Amino acid sequence: MLVVVSIAMLTLYFREAQSGPMHSVQGAVAGVLHPFQVGAERVARPFRDAYGWTAGLVNARSENEELRKDLQLLRLQAIQNQTAARENVDLRRALRYVSGPSFPRDYDGIAASVTSHATGEWEQSLVISAGRRNGVRLDDPVVSSEGYLVGQVTKVTRTSSEVTLLTDSTSSVTALDVATDTVGVLEIGEGPDRPFELNRVPKEKVVERGDTISTAGRRFGRLGSLFPQGIPIGSVKHVGQTDIENFQQIQVDPFVDFSSLDTLVVLVPKENRTDTP
Amino acid sequence: MTGDVFKTAIAFFVAVVVQATIVSSVAPGGGKADLVLVTLAAVALLRGSIFGAIAGFYAGFLLDAANLDTLGVSSLLLCLAGYWIGRYGETTGRDRAHAPLVSIAVVTVLSAFGALALHAMLGESVSVQAGLRALPAQILLNLLLTVPVYALARRLFAPGTRHPIKDVEFG
Repeated sequence: MLVVVSIAMLTLYFREAQSGPMHSVQGAVAGVLHPFQVGAERVARPFRDAYGWTAGLVNARSENEELRKDLQLLRLQAIQNQTAARENVDLRRALRYVSGPSFPRDYDGIAASVTSHATGEWEQSLVISAGRRNGVRLDDPVVSSEGYLVGQVTKVTRTSSEVTLLTDSTSSVTALDVATDTVGVLEIGEGPDRPFELNRVPKEKVVERGDTISTAGRRFGRLGSLFPQGIPIGSVKHVGQTDIENFQQIQVDPFVDFSSLDTLVVLVPKENRTDTP
Repeated sequence: MTGDVFKTAIAFFVAVVVQATIVSSVAPGGGKADLVLVTLAAVALLRGSIFGAIAGFYAGFLLDAANLDTLGVSSLLLCLAGYWIGRYGETTGRDRAHAPLVSIAVVTVLSAFGALALHAMLGESVSVQAGLRALPAQILLNLLLTVPVYALARRLFAPGTRHPIKDVEFG
Protein backbone atom coordinates (compact mmCIF):
# COMPACT_ATOMS: atom_id res chain seq x y z
CA MET A 1 0.00 0.00 0.00
CA LEU A 2 2.72 2.46 1.04
CA VAL A 3 4.78 1.44 -1.99
CA VAL A 4 1.83 2.23 -4.25
CA VAL A 5 1.33 5.59 -2.50
CA SER A 6 5.04 6.37 -2.94
CA ILE A 7 4.95 5.54 -6.65
CA ALA A 8 1.76 7.59 -7.08
CA MET A 9 3.37 10.55 -5.28
CA LEU A 10 6.49 10.22 -7.38
CA THR A 11 4.53 10.07 -10.64
CA LEU A 12 2.31 13.02 -9.76
CA TYR A 13 5.26 15.12 -8.60
CA PHE A 14 7.28 14.28 -11.68
CA ARG A 15 4.50 15.09 -14.13
CA GLU A 16 3.05 18.24 -12.60
CA ALA A 17 4.27 21.84 -12.94
CA GLN A 18 6.15 23.61 -10.15
CA SER A 19 2.87 25.20 -9.07
CA GLY A 20 1.09 21.82 -8.77
CA PRO A 21 -0.44 20.37 -5.58
CA MET A 22 2.44 17.97 -4.78
CA HIS A 23 4.93 20.83 -5.00
CA SER A 24 2.65 22.88 -2.75
CA VAL A 25 2.57 20.05 -0.20
CA GLN A 26 6.34 19.80 -0.35
CA GLY A 27 6.64 23.57 0.08
CA ALA A 28 4.36 23.46 3.13
CA VAL A 29 6.35 20.64 4.78
CA ALA A 30 9.61 22.37 3.87
CA GLY A 31 8.19 25.48 5.53
CA VAL A 32 7.60 23.53 8.76
CA LEU A 33 11.12 22.07 8.65
CA HIS A 34 12.73 25.39 7.70
CA PRO A 35 13.04 27.03 11.17
CA PHE A 36 14.43 23.81 12.64
CA GLN A 37 16.98 23.52 9.83
CA VAL A 38 18.04 27.14 10.27
CA GLY A 39 18.37 26.55 14.03
CA ALA A 40 20.40 23.36 13.55
CA GLU A 41 22.62 25.11 10.99
CA ARG A 42 23.31 27.92 13.48
CA VAL A 43 24.17 25.44 16.21
CA ALA A 44 26.46 23.46 13.88
CA ARG A 45 28.23 26.43 12.31
CA PRO A 46 30.73 27.16 15.14
CA PHE A 47 31.77 23.48 15.14
CA ARG A 48 32.10 23.46 11.35
CA ASP A 49 34.12 26.68 11.49
CA ALA A 50 36.37 25.21 14.18
CA TYR A 51 36.92 22.11 12.03
CA GLY A 52 37.71 24.27 9.00
CA TRP A 53 40.09 26.43 11.02
CA THR A 54 41.93 23.39 12.39
CA ALA A 55 42.12 21.74 8.98
CA GLY A 56 43.37 25.02 7.49
CA LEU A 57 46.30 25.13 9.93
CA VAL A 58 47.82 22.05 8.31
CA ASN A 59 48.43 23.85 5.01
CA ALA A 60 48.78 27.36 6.43
CA ARG A 61 52.54 27.72 5.97
CA SER A 62 52.77 26.63 2.34
CA GLU A 63 49.55 28.47 1.52
CA ASN A 64 50.95 31.67 3.04
CA GLU A 65 53.98 31.58 0.73
CA GLU A 66 51.79 30.98 -2.32
CA LEU A 67 49.46 33.81 -1.33
CA ARG A 68 52.37 36.25 -0.94
CA LYS A 69 53.50 35.45 -4.49
CA ASP A 70 49.93 35.85 -5.76
CA LEU A 71 49.62 39.17 -3.94
CA GLN A 72 52.65 40.63 -5.70
CA LEU A 73 51.32 39.52 -9.07
CA LEU A 74 47.83 40.82 -8.35
CA ARG A 75 49.13 44.23 -7.24
CA LEU A 76 50.73 44.64 -10.64
CA GLN A 77 47.58 43.47 -12.39
CA ALA A 78 45.42 45.83 -10.30
CA ILE A 79 47.43 48.83 -11.48
CA GLN A 80 47.14 47.72 -15.10
CA ASN A 81 43.41 47.07 -14.65
CA GLN A 82 42.78 50.54 -13.20
CA THR A 83 44.34 52.11 -16.27
CA ALA A 84 42.37 49.82 -18.59
CA ALA A 85 39.10 50.49 -16.72
CA ARG A 86 39.56 54.25 -17.05
CA GLU A 87 40.23 53.86 -20.75
CA ASN A 88 37.22 51.58 -21.07
CA VAL A 89 34.87 54.16 -19.49
CA ASP A 90 36.15 56.89 -21.80
CA LEU A 91 35.79 54.73 -24.90
CA ARG A 92 32.28 53.54 -23.96
CA ARG A 93 31.23 57.16 -23.47
CA ALA A 94 32.74 58.17 -26.79
CA LEU A 95 30.99 55.31 -28.63
CA ARG A 96 27.72 55.58 -26.64
CA TYR A 97 28.05 51.84 -26.14
CA VAL A 98 25.07 49.98 -24.62
CA SER A 99 26.11 46.71 -22.96
CA GLY A 100 24.04 43.77 -21.62
CA PRO A 101 23.62 43.13 -17.91
CA SER A 102 26.87 42.37 -16.16
CA PHE A 103 27.92 41.22 -12.72
CA PRO A 104 28.01 42.79 -10.13
CA ARG A 105 26.88 46.18 -11.43
CA ASP A 106 23.37 45.23 -12.60
CA TYR A 107 22.49 42.74 -9.86
CA ASP A 108 21.44 42.80 -6.22
CA GLY A 109 22.42 39.94 -3.95
CA ILE A 110 20.18 37.97 -1.59
CA ALA A 111 22.43 36.26 0.95
CA ALA A 112 21.18 32.96 2.34
CA SER A 113 22.59 30.18 4.43
CA VAL A 114 22.72 26.58 3.24
CA THR A 115 20.13 24.64 5.21
CA SER A 116 20.26 21.27 3.51
CA HIS A 117 22.84 19.24 1.63
CA ALA A 118 21.96 16.36 -0.69
CA THR A 119 22.56 12.95 0.85
CA GLY A 120 23.46 11.00 -2.29
CA GLU A 121 26.68 11.38 -4.23
CA TRP A 122 24.78 11.69 -7.49
CA GLU A 123 22.74 14.66 -6.36
CA GLN A 124 24.69 17.87 -6.74
CA SER A 125 22.26 20.31 -5.21
CA LEU A 126 21.56 22.02 -1.92
CA VAL A 127 18.80 24.00 -0.28
CA ILE A 128 19.15 27.61 0.87
CA SER A 129 17.13 29.57 3.39
CA ALA A 130 15.74 32.14 0.96
CA GLY A 131 12.64 31.60 -1.15
CA ARG A 132 9.90 33.41 -3.05
CA ARG A 133 9.14 35.70 -0.12
CA ASN A 134 12.74 36.98 -0.29
CA GLY A 135 12.56 37.68 -4.02
CA VAL A 136 14.24 34.51 -5.32
CA ARG A 137 12.97 33.23 -8.66
CA LEU A 138 13.57 30.18 -10.80
CA ASP A 139 16.83 30.20 -12.82
CA ASP A 140 18.44 32.99 -10.78
CA PRO A 141 22.25 32.67 -10.79
CA VAL A 142 23.89 31.83 -7.46
CA VAL A 143 27.39 32.83 -6.36
CA SER A 144 29.50 32.16 -3.29
CA SER A 145 30.00 34.85 -0.64
CA GLU A 146 33.27 35.72 -2.43
CA GLY A 147 31.40 36.23 -5.72
CA TYR A 148 32.38 33.05 -7.58
CA LEU A 149 29.82 31.14 -9.64
CA VAL A 150 28.19 28.25 -7.78
CA GLY A 151 25.08 27.31 -9.78
CA GLN A 152 21.49 28.35 -10.35
CA VAL A 153 18.10 28.17 -8.65
CA THR A 154 16.11 25.19 -9.91
CA LYS A 155 13.23 25.01 -7.43
CA VAL A 156 11.61 27.68 -5.29
CA THR A 157 9.21 27.43 -2.37
CA ARG A 158 7.97 30.27 -0.20
CA THR A 159 10.73 29.88 2.37
CA SER A 160 13.54 28.01 0.62
CA SER A 161 15.08 27.27 -2.76
CA GLU A 162 17.01 24.46 -4.36
CA VAL A 163 20.32 25.38 -5.96
CA THR A 164 21.72 22.99 -8.55
CA LEU A 165 25.49 23.23 -8.41
CA LEU A 166 27.84 23.59 -11.36
CA THR A 167 29.14 20.14 -10.40
CA ASP A 168 25.83 18.60 -11.51
CA SER A 169 26.09 16.95 -14.91
CA THR A 170 22.97 18.79 -16.09
CA SER A 171 24.65 22.16 -15.47
CA SER A 172 26.51 24.02 -18.18
CA VAL A 173 27.45 27.64 -18.67
CA THR A 174 28.86 29.70 -21.51
CA ALA A 175 32.26 30.78 -20.28
CA LEU A 176 35.15 32.79 -21.61
CA ASP A 177 38.86 33.04 -21.11
CA VAL A 178 39.22 36.56 -19.77
CA ALA A 179 42.76 36.96 -21.16
CA THR A 180 42.07 35.86 -24.74
CA ASP A 181 38.27 36.28 -25.04
CA THR A 182 37.92 32.66 -26.17
CA VAL A 183 34.41 31.33 -25.56
CA GLY A 184 33.40 27.75 -24.73
CA VAL A 185 30.87 25.78 -22.73
CA LEU A 186 31.86 24.87 -19.18
CA GLU A 187 30.57 21.49 -18.00
CA ILE A 188 31.52 18.84 -15.49
CA GLY A 189 33.56 16.10 -17.11
CA GLU A 190 33.66 12.35 -16.73
CA GLY A 191 36.40 10.43 -14.97
CA PRO A 192 37.44 9.75 -11.37
CA ASP A 193 38.12 13.39 -10.41
CA ARG A 194 35.18 14.78 -12.41
CA PRO A 195 37.07 17.90 -13.52
CA PHE A 196 35.44 20.95 -15.05
CA GLU A 197 35.97 21.09 -18.81
CA LEU A 198 35.75 24.05 -21.12
CA ASN A 199 34.30 22.37 -24.21
CA ARG A 200 33.72 23.47 -27.80
CA VAL A 201 36.88 25.56 -27.99
CA PRO A 202 38.33 25.24 -31.53
CA LYS A 203 42.00 24.30 -31.84
CA GLU A 204 43.01 27.61 -33.38
CA LYS A 205 41.86 29.58 -30.31
CA VAL A 206 44.42 30.43 -27.64
CA VAL A 207 43.87 29.32 -24.04
CA GLU A 208 46.76 29.12 -21.61
CA ARG A 209 47.30 27.47 -18.26
CA GLY A 210 46.47 29.87 -15.41
CA ASP A 211 44.02 31.99 -17.45
CA THR A 212 40.92 33.10 -15.55
CA ILE A 213 37.58 31.75 -16.75
CA SER A 214 34.40 33.72 -16.15
CA THR A 215 30.81 33.61 -17.39
CA ALA A 216 30.44 34.91 -20.93
CA GLY A 217 26.81 35.96 -20.64
CA ARG A 218 26.48 35.23 -24.32
CA ARG A 219 24.33 33.13 -26.54
CA PHE A 220 25.97 29.86 -27.51
CA GLY A 221 23.78 27.90 -29.88
CA ARG A 222 20.06 28.61 -29.85
CA LEU A 223 19.53 29.61 -26.23
CA GLY A 224 20.85 32.67 -24.42
CA SER A 225 22.86 32.35 -21.22
CA LEU A 226 21.03 32.60 -17.88
CA PHE A 227 24.20 33.90 -16.25
CA PRO A 228 25.31 37.51 -16.51
CA GLN A 229 28.69 38.34 -17.90
CA GLY A 230 31.73 38.50 -15.65
CA ILE A 231 31.15 36.06 -12.79
CA PRO A 232 34.51 34.41 -12.06
CA ILE A 233 34.45 30.60 -12.26
CA GLY A 234 38.01 29.30 -12.05
CA SER A 235 41.41 29.12 -13.69
CA VAL A 236 42.70 26.90 -16.49
CA LYS A 237 44.50 23.87 -15.07
CA HIS A 238 45.36 21.94 -18.20
CA VAL A 239 45.23 22.53 -21.95
CA GLY A 240 45.68 19.73 -24.46
CA GLN A 241 44.62 18.57 -27.89
CA THR A 242 44.64 15.38 -29.92
CA ASP A 243 44.68 14.76 -33.67
CA ILE A 244 41.29 13.08 -33.71
CA GLU A 245 39.34 15.73 -31.75
CA ASN A 246 38.03 18.93 -33.34
CA PHE A 247 38.20 20.86 -30.10
CA GLN A 248 40.78 21.48 -27.40
CA GLN A 249 40.69 19.61 -24.10
CA ILE A 250 40.70 22.25 -21.39
CA GLN A 251 40.36 21.50 -17.69
CA VAL A 252 39.36 24.25 -15.28
CA ASP A 253 40.09 24.42 -11.56
CA PRO A 254 37.07 26.11 -9.87
CA PHE A 255 37.60 28.95 -7.39
CA VAL A 256 34.84 27.53 -5.19
CA ASP A 257 35.23 24.57 -2.87
CA PHE A 258 31.87 22.93 -3.53
CA SER A 259 32.19 20.66 -0.50
CA SER A 260 32.18 23.48 2.05
CA LEU A 261 29.51 25.96 1.07
CA ASP A 262 27.87 27.72 4.03
CA THR A 263 26.53 30.97 2.66
CA LEU A 264 25.41 31.69 -0.89
CA VAL A 265 24.24 34.81 -2.68
CA VAL A 266 21.36 34.71 -5.16
CA LEU A 267 21.70 37.34 -7.86
CA VAL A 268 18.54 39.20 -8.79
CA PRO A 269 18.47 41.83 -11.54
CA LYS A 270 18.22 45.40 -10.26
CA GLU A 271 15.38 46.24 -12.64
CA ASN A 272 11.91 45.78 -11.09
CA ARG A 273 10.44 42.35 -11.60
CA THR A 274 6.94 42.17 -12.94
CA ASP A 275 6.04 38.63 -11.84
CA THR A 276 4.22 38.28 -8.53
CA PRO A 277 5.51 36.11 -5.66
CA MET B 1 1.59 1.92 20.72
CA THR B 2 0.62 5.62 20.61
CA GLY B 3 3.74 6.41 22.60
CA ASP B 4 5.85 4.50 20.05
CA VAL B 5 4.28 6.40 17.17
CA PHE B 6 4.87 9.74 18.86
CA LYS B 7 8.47 8.87 19.72
CA THR B 8 9.08 7.64 16.16
CA ALA B 9 7.62 10.81 14.66
CA ILE B 10 9.86 13.01 16.81
CA ALA B 11 12.94 10.80 16.32
CA PHE B 12 12.69 10.89 12.52
CA PHE B 13 11.90 14.60 12.48
CA VAL B 14 15.11 15.24 14.41
CA ALA B 15 17.06 12.71 12.31
CA VAL B 16 15.95 14.35 9.05
CA VAL B 17 16.83 17.87 10.25
CA VAL B 18 20.26 16.74 11.50
CA GLN B 19 20.88 14.67 8.36
CA ALA B 20 19.95 17.42 5.90
CA THR B 21 21.67 20.22 7.77
CA ILE B 22 24.74 18.73 9.40
CA VAL B 23 25.55 15.13 8.48
CA SER B 24 25.23 15.57 4.70
CA SER B 25 27.58 18.55 4.75
CA VAL B 26 30.45 16.39 5.96
CA ALA B 27 31.96 13.77 3.65
CA PRO B 28 35.02 12.17 5.27
CA GLY B 29 36.67 9.81 2.80
CA GLY B 30 34.24 10.92 0.10
CA GLY B 31 31.18 9.28 1.66
CA LYS B 32 28.28 10.73 3.60
CA ALA B 33 26.74 8.97 6.58
CA ASP B 34 23.00 8.38 6.45
CA LEU B 35 21.58 9.04 9.90
CA VAL B 36 17.98 8.56 8.72
CA LEU B 37 18.72 5.11 7.32
CA VAL B 38 20.58 4.09 10.48
CA THR B 39 17.71 5.33 12.68
CA LEU B 40 15.26 3.46 10.49
CA ALA B 41 17.28 0.26 10.79
CA ALA B 42 17.27 0.54 14.57
CA VAL B 43 13.54 1.26 14.80
CA ALA B 44 12.57 -1.44 12.27
CA LEU B 45 14.69 -4.07 14.02
CA LEU B 46 13.06 -3.27 17.35
CA ARG B 47 9.50 -2.81 16.16
CA GLY B 48 9.08 -5.06 13.10
CA SER B 49 8.31 -4.87 9.41
CA ILE B 50 5.00 -2.98 9.30
CA PHE B 51 6.16 -0.35 11.77
CA GLY B 52 9.47 -0.14 9.85
CA ALA B 53 7.71 0.36 6.52
CA ILE B 54 5.47 3.14 7.87
CA ALA B 55 8.39 4.82 9.63
CA GLY B 56 10.44 4.59 6.41
CA PHE B 57 7.67 6.15 4.37
CA TYR B 58 7.31 9.01 6.85
CA ALA B 59 11.09 9.58 7.08
CA GLY B 60 11.45 9.53 3.29
CA PHE B 61 8.62 12.02 2.89
CA LEU B 62 10.28 14.42 5.35
CA LEU B 63 13.68 13.94 3.72
CA ASP B 64 12.37 14.69 0.23
CA ALA B 65 10.60 17.77 1.56
CA ALA B 66 13.70 19.00 3.39
CA ASN B 67 15.95 18.52 0.34
CA LEU B 68 13.29 19.68 -2.16
CA ASP B 69 13.89 16.41 -4.02
CA THR B 70 11.36 14.51 -6.10
CA LEU B 71 8.63 13.63 -3.61
CA GLY B 72 8.22 9.86 -3.27
CA VAL B 73 11.74 8.69 -4.15
CA SER B 74 13.08 8.49 -0.59
CA SER B 75 9.66 7.39 0.72
CA LEU B 76 9.70 4.41 -1.63
CA LEU B 77 13.29 3.45 -0.85
CA LEU B 78 13.04 3.87 2.92
CA CYS B 79 9.64 2.18 3.05
CA LEU B 80 11.12 -0.93 1.39
CA ALA B 81 14.26 -0.69 3.53
CA GLY B 82 12.19 -0.44 6.73
CA TYR B 83 10.07 -3.42 5.74
CA TRP B 84 13.11 -5.57 4.82
CA ILE B 85 14.98 -4.76 8.04
CA GLY B 86 11.83 -5.38 10.06
CA ARG B 87 11.35 -8.80 8.43
CA TYR B 88 14.99 -9.65 9.03
CA GLY B 89 14.54 -8.75 12.70
CA GLU B 90 11.31 -10.72 13.02
CA THR B 91 12.59 -13.85 11.32
CA THR B 92 16.23 -14.25 12.24
CA GLY B 93 18.22 -11.36 13.48
CA ARG B 94 16.56 -9.37 16.25
CA ASP B 95 18.33 -10.90 19.24
CA ARG B 96 21.70 -11.34 17.60
CA ALA B 97 24.36 -8.79 18.51
CA HIS B 98 25.49 -8.37 14.91
CA ALA B 99 21.96 -7.86 13.52
CA PRO B 100 22.04 -4.03 13.42
CA LEU B 101 25.46 -4.01 11.76
CA VAL B 102 24.57 -6.65 9.17
CA SER B 103 21.27 -5.03 8.31
CA ILE B 104 22.74 -1.54 7.97
CA ALA B 105 25.61 -2.78 5.76
CA VAL B 106 23.22 -4.64 3.46
CA VAL B 107 20.60 -1.93 3.33
CA THR B 108 23.19 0.81 2.65
CA VAL B 109 24.31 -1.05 -0.47
CA LEU B 110 20.75 -1.88 -1.56
CA SER B 111 19.43 1.63 -1.04
CA ALA B 112 22.40 3.13 -2.91
CA PHE B 113 21.70 0.93 -5.93
CA GLY B 114 17.97 1.49 -5.56
CA ALA B 115 18.43 5.26 -5.51
CA LEU B 116 20.71 5.10 -8.55
CA ALA B 117 18.16 3.03 -10.45
CA LEU B 118 15.24 5.28 -9.47
CA HIS B 119 17.05 8.50 -10.38
CA ALA B 120 18.14 6.96 -13.70
CA MET B 121 14.54 5.88 -14.41
CA LEU B 122 13.36 9.43 -13.72
CA GLY B 123 15.75 10.64 -16.41
CA GLU B 124 18.09 12.39 -13.99
CA SER B 125 21.79 12.26 -14.72
CA VAL B 126 23.46 9.87 -12.31
CA SER B 127 27.09 8.94 -12.05
CA VAL B 128 27.39 5.27 -11.15
CA GLN B 129 31.12 5.76 -10.78
CA ALA B 130 30.70 8.54 -8.19
CA GLY B 131 28.09 6.52 -6.32
CA LEU B 132 30.25 3.39 -6.21
CA ARG B 133 33.34 5.33 -5.18
CA ALA B 134 31.53 6.80 -2.18
CA LEU B 135 29.92 3.52 -1.14
CA PRO B 136 32.72 1.93 0.99
CA ALA B 137 33.15 5.12 3.04
CA GLN B 138 29.39 5.40 3.42
CA ILE B 139 29.08 1.82 4.68
CA LEU B 140 31.86 2.40 7.19
CA LEU B 141 30.35 5.68 8.44
CA ASN B 142 26.89 4.12 8.74
CA LEU B 143 28.35 1.20 10.70
CA LEU B 144 30.06 3.64 13.06
CA LEU B 145 26.79 5.51 13.56
CA THR B 146 24.84 2.31 14.11
CA VAL B 147 26.34 1.53 17.52
CA PRO B 148 25.27 4.73 19.35
CA VAL B 149 22.01 5.11 17.40
CA TYR B 150 20.94 1.53 18.10
CA ALA B 151 21.82 1.90 21.78
CA LEU B 152 19.71 5.08 21.94
CA ALA B 153 16.86 3.43 20.06
CA ARG B 154 16.90 0.47 22.48
CA ARG B 155 16.46 2.92 25.35
CA LEU B 156 13.71 4.83 23.55
CA PHE B 157 11.80 1.81 22.34
CA ALA B 158 12.71 -0.47 25.27
CA PRO B 159 12.60 -3.95 23.72
CA GLY B 160 10.33 -6.34 25.47
CA THR B 161 7.82 -3.74 26.62
CA ARG B 162 5.80 -4.08 23.44
CA HIS B 163 4.33 -7.47 24.29
CA PRO B 164 5.08 -8.00 27.99
CA ILE B 165 5.02 -11.62 29.09
CA LYS B 166 2.08 -12.30 31.37
CA ASP B 167 1.68 -15.16 33.76
CA VAL B 168 -1.28 -17.27 32.79
CA GLU B 169 -2.87 -19.73 35.11
CA PHE B 170 -4.63 -22.74 33.65
CA GLY B 171 -7.51 -24.43 35.26
